[in-house]
Amino acid sequence: MERKEHIISIMVYNKPDVLARVAGTLGGKGYNIDSLSVNTTTQKDISKIVMTTVGTQATIQRIEGQLSRILDVISVDDLTNVESVHREMLMVRVNLTDENTETVKNTIDAHKWRVIVSGDTYVVLEITGDQPQIEFALARLEPFGIADITRTGLIALKLDD
Amino acid sequence: MKLKGTEILLKVLEEEKVDIIFGYPGGAVLDIYDQIYRSKVNHVLVRHEQGAVHAADGYARATGRVGVCLVTSGPGATNTVTGIATANMDSIPLVVFTGQVPTGLIGNDAFQECDITGITRPCTKHNFLVRDIDELATVVKEAFHIARSGRPGPVLVDLPKNVMVMEAEYDPENIKIRNYETVYKPAPKKMANIFEMLTKAQKPLFMTGGGTILGRASEELTYLARKYSIPVTGTLMGLGSFPGSDPLWLGMLGMHGTYYANMAVSSCDLMIAVGVRFDDRVTGKIETFAPNAKIVQIDIDPSSINKNVVVDLPIIGHTKSVLTDLIKFLDEHHYVPNEPQRQAWLGQIDEWKGKVPLAYEQNGRTIKPQHVIETLERLTGGDALITTEVGQNQMWTAQFFKFDRPNTLITSGGLGTMGFGMPAAIGVKCAFPDRHVIDIAGDGSIQMNIQELATAVQYNVAIKVVLLNNSYLGMVRQWQELFYEKRYSHTDMVHAPDFVKLAEAYGAVGLRATRPEEVEAVLKEGLAIDRPVLMDFRICRDECVYPMVHPGASISDMTLGSRELVN
Repeated sequence: MERKEHIISIMVYNKPDVLARVAGTLGGKGYNIDSLSVNTTTQKDISKIVMTTVGTQATIQRIEGQLSRILDVISVDDLTNVESVHREMLMVRVNLTDENTETVKNTIDAHKWRVIVSGDTYVVLEITGDQPQIEFALARLEPFGIADITRTGLIALKLDD
Repeated sequence: MKLKGTEILLKVLEEEKVDIIFGYPGGAVLDIYDQIYRSKVNHVLVRHEQGAVHAADGYARATGRVGVCLVTSGPGATNTVTGIATANMDSIPLVVFTGQVPTGLIGNDAFQECDITGITRPCTKHNFLVRDIDELATVVKEAFHIARSGRPGPVLVDLPKNVMVMEAEYDPENIKIRNYETVYKPAPKKMANIFEMLTKAQKPLFMTGGGTILGRASEELTYLARKYSIPVTGTLMGLGSFPGSDPLWLGMLGMHGTYYANMAVSSCDLMIAVGVRFDDRVTGKIETFAPNAKIVQIDIDPSSINKNVVVDLPIIGHTKSVLTDLIKFLDEHHYVPNEPQRQAWLGQIDEWKGKVPLAYEQNGRTIKPQHVIETLERLTGGDALITTEVGQNQMWTAQFFKFDRPNTLITSGGLGTMGFGMPAAIGVKCAFPDRHVIDIAGDGSIQMNIQELATAVQYNVAIKVVLLNNSYLGMVRQWQELFYEKRYSHTDMVHAPDFVKLAEAYGAVGLRATRPEEVEAVLKEGLAIDRPVLMDFRICRDECVYPMVHPGASISDMTLGSRELVN
């Protein structure tokens, strides 16, 4: 069976150790989490965990089964085969030099990337997009020298219930 | 009414009708023990915390109720882990209370501190750390509810010392707990599906597991099998869920299953699996398991479906309610088996039974373990609660003792925990003081929790230990004989204690048999004594458990020992 990336959305009760339960269950059963994002929902006591993992359909079903056994897990949803939108956010610091300042600024303008803060020697960008967009941005910035980078896990939202 | 934490704890236990606690005190639980001292609760002081959990586990398996234990923080808590994992693998409802250092010290590496909720997260159904006295009553109530609902399992509740002496309002009428029970009601269409499959099938077979016993569905299973003449095989955990003396019973399947059970599985065309999870010891090579069969799997846990064996018709639900629906449906739709086909199938099974029955060879010189078990069964009329250790003793018991009723074989199936049997027997005997409770043990396993003999003696819990003593780690030795060219690496336990003297040193009775003709007399004597007795049977040292399916092989591919089959 074909192995591919799956996006799994997990609604949980917002208990102190719920992330440990989810991550521990997956780790303990030998499944890898490639990307992870957690925050509360409109209800303070309910959080949503969005994670990505690679596996066959059968593996993903086993993961869903194992996660559903955790008492603080409310629901598990595989968003891979349903209509959904995906975003990641990237913050990246590029150091400015006499040689690159001009091209860096032009590139930023051309792509309409948002500058969070800049100084004489650096610029920090905020870039959001789906995975290909993020990868594209990184490829464009790479030649200028990326000084530091932080990237969120993927978040995803279904288009209907 | 304002009550102290320790009082609230005991109040909730009383409400949950807890009639016995197995435990071991220590610094972090001194206040709880002080409360116990002033209460009427029945507490059994074990000699090691692992023993407390196994005893509570044995109690739970024999009664179907939640077993309870109480231990201190740190090493007291970590000593429970093997017991908790044992219960978790076999879905046994337990509530384990552990002491914890005061909340202000948590995280400081305080004396006897350990993160027991972290440690037991993967081997409990759920666990709690009670940081707030106002949560105490709710958490304890929830713990019992979680332990016994759905697919049962162990729940650990960690109780910091300072929380237990704080006060809170206690109003039992107003404790609101979350409902964790998902009630699955299978679609009526599924019953029609089984009906259709049964109608088409020429060689149907029931496979019963621990879920039939936990779900109290034995009666329904037995009714269905007998009414429609469907033969039944079972996993180790399913023994007793269908009467072992019924002609439709095929015995256990799998690695040490009977020849005829494994042959029936391999040639049936419909398997109705009730409360099983298709463990690797049961299926052997998964690709060739029940190769000709449509498989129906009835289980309460959705994650058990398609986990190991991909099935044709999954039915998620309580085993009892699903089988009840099935009985009704088959009745209303007048299912009648095709008589000639059914007789041919049962005739085929009888032929297999005749060809390779469960048997062993007596040599007149040394005691055969199977002979001890058969004699024990005869002397008790099968009316005994049997616990086992793990290894050859466990497999011989599964093969040669006929379990006619559920909850009568108490054994560590999934985890395979050596040292389980004796403390479990103590728990069972506490629940059923008037019945024979017998631990069928090996000399390796028994030494893992031998200290619990003191517990049995202190409370005069008259358990009987039938020790099948070959001075070997017998099952591992057997694998070395068969698969490692007889290189017996560290399995010879020749420097064992004198078990008779050891029993006497603990204040129990020690008996010994060294020759086959002594077996019956020793068993009779041991069973008649109303005190804890250890019977040391010096068995044939190199006896192996047969049939045996080589690990990773198809279950139809069995080694039959000296009774090799000519095909």
